Amino acid sequence: MGGTDSVSLKRIVFLTVGTTSFDALVKVADTLEVKQELTRRGYTHLLIQMGRGTYLPAESIGEDGLLAVDCFTFSSSIADHLSSASLVISHAGSGSIFETLRLGKPLIVVVNEDLMDNHQSELAEELADRKHLYCAHPQSLHQVIVGMDLKSLLPYQPGDATPVAKLINRFLGFPDD
Amino acid sequence: MAIIATSVAIFLIRLLHVLYLTGKSRRLKSPQPLSTLIVLGSGGHTAEMMNLLSVLQMDRFTPRFYIAAATDNMSLQKARVFEDSLLHKKVIKGSSAQFMQIYRSREVGQSYVTSVWTTLLATTHALWLMVKIRPQVVLCNGPGTCIPLCVIAFLFKVIGIRWSSIFYVESIARVKRLSLSGLLLYKLCIADQFFVQWPQLQRKYPRAHYVGCLM
Repeated sequence: MGGTDSVSLKRIVFLTVGTTSFDALVKVADTLEVKQELTRRGYTHLLIQMGRGTYLPAESIGEDGLLAVDCFTFSSSIADHLSSASLVISHAGSGSIFETLRLGKPLIVVVNEDLMDNHQSELAEELADRKHLYCAHPQSLHQVIVGMDLKSLLPYQPGDATPVAKLINRFLGFPDD
Repeated sequence: MAIIATSVAIFLIRLLHVLYLTGKSRRLKSPQPLSTLIVLGSGGHTAEMMNLLSVLQMDRFTPRFYIAAATDNMSLQKARVFEDSLLHKKVIKGSSAQFMQIYRSREVGQSYVTSVWTTLLATTHALWLMVKIRPQVVLCNGPGTCIPLCVIAFLFKVIGIRWSSIFYVESIARVKRLSLSGLLLYKLCIADQFFVQWPQLQRKYPRAHYVGCLM
């Protein structure tokens, strides 16, 4: 009989920037105050997927009383990391957002203010208005984590592409199914 | 001179004719499968496109041609995986899909000034590909690569090379403002059907069809 099932005791915060470079987010996640707040809330691990960023967060096994921190650049599919996370902090890419929402994971979306023509913030703000996730900027991430009430988030009902298929089929003269 | 004037006149008449027919369904008695061009793009575009393709009947949209930008490594791979899964699930019998790359009109963040030249280059490449493919259906959802392809498809209609139906689905990430590609295709009336996923856009662009979130 082995030791305790360590997977069930882990509460992992998964931070992802997708294929982008988002040093501002990685830096703020690496700050003492954010790590302290996440630890206070019972998270045991912070796993940072840093993409094309150049800032290297300090890795730790948690010997300093704070949650353990680990990082990597890319993975072929972040689906596994999303599945095992208790909280996801993500850049505002629609792929990351919907992949996370469809898994039913609590999500904080952080908008990258350095991007020109930031249309991504529209989606994050709209979904935050509908209470499906929390929306933040790198500077407000700590505040959002302090104030968040994950139980108040509403589950996202996955969308459906069949209305479009119907319209396309009708236009082309194909019979309705 | 007379020849040039006549050609221009015919072109303009054809142009008006095609614009008049844009958006009007051409119902056929027993529609044959239609050759389909699928434009893929980096970021969420390909994921959204795969999501749409999974609810379309593939025997109606065949042969399929997937085009992605030359600098986009992942999209064609995702398309191949999708086509393989169709074969695996026996949805289709043989592989009727082709995968191609196209020079990009504009890289993310590229200045609009240099983009004029790269767009011309991309348009020439697009013309070459479109002459080979001559699709009857064009499906696109936002990446800049779709602009030269859609414009050429529209021109093929005007000149009479190939009639096609052009469908544009604006990305789910566009809530209040259209993308540049969407704006161009909407204003120029190039798309036969223009779909938006948020009600705010439908209010702003009344010729668009609001279809809710697809993801």
